[in-house]
Amino acid sequence: MRKIVIPMFMLCVSLNAQNPSAKEIIEKVDKNMSADSRVFTSKMIIHNPRNIRTLESRSWSSGEKKSYTEYLSPPREQGTKMLKLADQLWIFSPETDRIIQISGHMLRQSVMGSDLSYEDMMEDPHLLNHYTGKIDGKEIISDRDCWVITLTANTPDVAYQTQKVWVDKDRYIPLRKELYAKSGVLLKRMELSDVKQIQGRWYPEKILFKDVLKEGDGTEFQMMEIEFNTKIPEYIFSKASLKK
Amino acid sequence: MIRFLLKGILRDKQRSLLPVVIVIIGVMLTVFLFCWLNGILNDSIELNARFNAGHVKIMTAAYAKNVDQIPNDLALINVDTLLIKLKKEFPEMKWCQRIHFGGLIDAPDSKGETRAQGPAMGFGIDLFSGDHSEIERFNLEKSLRRGRLPVHSGEILMSEEFSGKLKVNPGDTVTLIGSTMNGSMAMYNYIVSGTIVFGTGPMDHGSVIADIEDVRKALDMDNAAGEIVGYLADNYYDEKKIGQVVASFNRLFPASNDEYSPVIITLRQQNDLGKMMDQIKGLGAFAVFIFVLSMSLVLWNAGLLGGLRRYPEFGIRLAIGEDYSHIYKTMIYESVLIGLIGSFIGTSIGLLGSLYLQHHGLDLSSMLKNATILMPAVFHTRITTAAFFIGFIPGLLSTVIGTMLSGIGIYKRKTAYLFKELEA
Repeated sequence: MRKIVIPMFMLCVSLNAQNPSAKEIIEKVDKNMSADSRVFTSKMIIHNPRNIRTLESRSWSSGEKKSYTEYLSPPREQGTKMLKLADQLWIFSPETDRIIQISGHMLRQSVMGSDLSYEDMMEDPHLLNHYTGKIDGKEIISDRDCWVITLTANTPDVAYQTQKVWVDKDRYIPLRKELYAKSGVLLKRMELSDVKQIQGRWYPEKILFKDVLKEGDGTEFQMMEIEFNTKIPEYIFSKASLKK
Repeated sequence: MIRFLLKGILRDKQRSLLPVVIVIIGVMLTVFLFCWLNGILNDSIELNARFNAGHVKIMTAAYAKNVDQIPNDLALINVDTLLIKLKKEFPEMKWCQRIHFGGLIDAPDSKGETRAQGPAMGFGIDLFSGDHSEIERFNLEKSLRRGRLPVHSGEILMSEEFSGKLKVNPGDTVTLIGSTMNGSMAMYNYIVSGTIVFGTGPMDHGSVIADIEDVRKALDMDNAAGEIVGYLADNYYDEKKIGQVVASFNRLFPASNDEYSPVIITLRQQNDLGKMMDQIKGLGAFAVFIFVLSMSLVLWNAGLLGGLRRYPEFGIRLAIGEDYSHIYKTMIYESVLIGLIGSFIGTSIGLLGSLYLQHHGLDLSSMLKNATILMPAVFHTRITTAAFFIGFIPGLLSTVIGTMLSGIGIYKRKTAYLFKELEA
């Protein structure tokens, strides 16, 4: 009897290790994708139907609530700064020397005509804090085995009620995402690529956002430089820093 | 015989006064109604043409599909080249580039924080090039209430009502918050140079006007324009001439699958103006028809009364040997003369009244406070060639028809009983 039970138990443990639960997968994804703080320089290449525009910015974020971005180029946008604290956002335009506050549904508007919303660009939410996951199956994306997970929001303050995520089985990085509204309408698609090891974690250096309700070929978001868990001075996240 | 009848009409006031007065009133009202409807149609078309539609408008095909949303991301680009081509190919037209835009006007307090804010409908038009045609078209000099027209870059005009809402005065700085051609948020400071009253509800609620180059800077629309509007040189909308312009344009720019290729639409094809023009014309014709009908009934009644009053006269005339048809004919001739006299006097009075309102207009702004469509607040009548003749239709027709109907009674009189009738 013992000869049968022990191998069976070992087999179950081993199978369980190969098939982690949705929660475990999301936890590992969060460990890769989110951080207590981030400082990064990025490039947005916006493929509009009539032109291609490139914007460079440097961003600082701390937790899920605080974020600050300054545009470095092109000249028209250079010096434009955005500060987001919880669900309020202030934009400083150097040309007018004015700070304008936006909030509510305006945060879901496009940033600089891109396929990203202010929330997409400035928030770094831990998926596990806002979503409950369910594994739907397995698929191969970009020659890599992935779990297909449906995330359903368990808090009301999220931009997307449902997300369908294709998570790389080995690296625990989403390689594709589909973001849905409460009505079930598909709002955006994301393709994540150029996954690299950065400071001991896997991280995609390139994300292609496609707002399906918008014309054009999407927006490439390229991470040029990123540091995780660095100490950011608190004054960065104050309105005073916008006019500096 | 006509001279004889005319003498009869002029000398026998009892025979002619009432019918002539009725015809005068009817014709006067018909002429005035016709001029009034023409005026409303003309004012509405002119207002729409000046502020918005032009006689023709050129846009990209994609912009034209969503024109109500003012999609400046779909605006025409390389506008200078297109304008040169248009001016060369259509010398009979005046072309103007415009940017129509929406956004928020934000008035700051002394610390630069938002003090007041309101949605604005903006026009970027040519103010600085030295060509005054757009200033005249928007009637800016006469509409100015406070301050002055913009003369420097960075200056803007606001509607008086809007400036009152935001508590902004000439010399104050306001910020336009809108969207650039690329979809970025646009913020641009303007100094209010003056305030204006357009005299039309939707425009007065929240309009701003700036030079097109300033708007280009604000909305990142270098050498781009949402619309190019065209006007016939005499500023009068002539469907035939416009049809020729459209045909030539379509030969020059054949339809293509490129959604950014320029397309042309006429005034009739915009904002349901064609439907409105047809409806007002139809309404005018219907009003005249109803009027002829009702006038005929009134004059029939008047003819019957006249017939009754002249009953003994017809009896005597029949008794002394005049035949039925001769009496009937003279009655109709008389009615033609009455109709002509009444129509002439009625038309003259109607035209005089219309002429007064053509110059002075009738201010209905208090009734149109909440109007959401582009309608003039001061209505004018418009005298056209047809106004000189239109009154003669009911004036003559109704008098003659009324007399013809009432005169049928003559044939029912029997000669054998005439003397008995007269004795009675």
